[in-house]
Amino acid sequence: MLDTNDILDTIRMISDENLDVRTVTMGISLLDCADADGRRACEKIYNKITSRAKDLVKTADRISATYGMPIVNKRVSVTPIAMLLASAPDADPVWYARALDAAAKAVGVNFIGGYSALVHKGFSAGDERLIRSIPDALAQTDFVCSSINVGSTKSGINMDAVKMMGPIIKAAAEKTKDNMCLGAAKLVVFCNAPEDNPFMAGAFHGPGEPDCVVHVGVSGPGAVRAALAKLPKDASLDKVAELIKRTAFKITRMGQLVGNLASEALGVPFGIVDLSLAPTPAVGDSVANILEEIGLESCGCCGTTATLAMLNDAVKKGGVMASNHVGGLSGAFIPVSEDDGMIKAAERGSLSIEKLEAMTAVCSVGIDMVVIPGETSDAVISALIADEAAIGMVNSKTTAVRVIPAVGKKPGDVLDFGGLLGYAPIMKVSEFAPDVFVNRGGRIPAPMQALKN
Amino acid sequence: MEAVITVIGRDAVGILAKVCTGCAQVNVNVEEVTQRILRGTFAMIMLVDLSNASVDFTTFAEKMSAIGTQLGVDIRCTRQELYDAMHKV
Repeated sequence: MLDTNDILDTIRMISDENLDVRTVTMGISLLDCADADGRRACEKIYNKITSRAKDLVKTADRISATYGMPIVNKRVSVTPIAMLLASAPDADPVWYARALDAAAKAVGVNFIGGYSALVHKGFSAGDERLIRSIPDALAQTDFVCSSINVGSTKSGINMDAVKMMGPIIKAAAEKTKDNMCLGAAKLVVFCNAPEDNPFMAGAFHGPGEPDCVVHVGVSGPGAVRAALAKLPKDASLDKVAELIKRTAFKITRMGQLVGNLASEALGVPFGIVDLSLAPTPAVGDSVANILEEIGLESCGCCGTTATLAMLNDAVKKGGVMASNHVGGLSGAFIPVSEDDGMIKAAERGSLSIEKLEAMTAVCSVGIDMVVIPGETSDAVISALIADEAAIGMVNSKTTAVRVIPAVGKKPGDVLDFGGLLGYAPIMKVSEFAPDVFVNRGGRIPAPMQALKN
Repeated sequence: MEAVITVIGRDAVGILAKVCTGCAQVNVNVEEVTQRILRGTFAMIMLVDLSNASVDFTTFAEKMSAIGTQLGVDIRCTRQELYDAMHKV
């Protein structure tokens, strides 16, 4: 029996409201590719990725055609490369980045994540070498994404790593200054990084994951906004939350269906659905627009944090019943350059970096795709990372920093990355010096929240 | 295998005939049709059976989409499981 309304509802969500599956990401363990000979390790990495993921793009495209829903990105995440570097003390880490890039191009994915190190409690062999090589690795490759986990609720914050990352982010931007400082846009600094995140730039395949697995990241801010637009402006927030839940349920079910189909077709276990509202620069496909639809004049004004908290919670409540395994980042994303409403809010001055920081306490991830002045000091960037990591550590949640120092540009200028990464105006950052704090180094002890046993 | 064909656009003479002819040409059986005019927009939904189709799903979907372009309407062809997943608990 056909239900006309249900069918037209789905068609409208896909054709008019930008509903899509944002990413099908294959996680591949490279632990069996470690080799004391770096060149040999790179060969093994290339062979493993190209054999495991050879049908990924074809399969996702076929599912997309058969079910009439767009699957925007096909991606691969791998074991943090620092773990492989540990056994090859003489190898140049950039070789590994080039091997990942070549494999990504061979299988046709548009990003590969895992040029990463997990250093939340300290550096093991390979970690520091990998971190120092990030600017070169990102400048010499097209699709490789890098992430570093500098803190966790259980272990505290590794301030030596935080101190290192300020200049690394600057150098990544500097080395790609002729290409919109794109290097820094492919680098995320995490606290409490999830091991099964399908979204870039922070995706990596954690050591606790199986050999090969498929994750799905759903999207759909446009569909949520369109549903809310039909509610009267005096509808209570209980009704708003309920409607968000219902819409999130539908969106997530679509992701779960794609995950099951992809897992079956590829012969690889299904991992998780990441219940995220991931915006794009397309008009209307914006998390900021949802907040404005609920009743804010412009995202970033007073009320933004409360509205976002409710949105984030309702998305999870709706999504969790629709999927048998939920994971990854799961929550509303608030990247500035990738969200049309956030870009406009930043341009009209209603959204500041300080407000974004507050918003990160109640939603997934953190200061994401924010363009800052090129002359921002290393210590200021490190201190910004420390602030975000502290919010994540104390609230037992993931937080991250992905800022792009716009080398050679000033506040008010714009960096345009193109495509899904979008464009953003340069936002003002406090210039007061946190140098003494940052230079102390050491480790911020784990908070009381860590002692749950 | 069952699929749902949705036709959305401006009403015109012969839409149903052309879509049904397209199905018959590749041995696809039409099982159910509902049709409505919503505020001047023509919306037709057909449930079809592709188990004896002479072409694969993708080719069929492309054929339907081409008929849509010819008629100036949007024709989509989707496996029914998508709607079941999204709208049934």
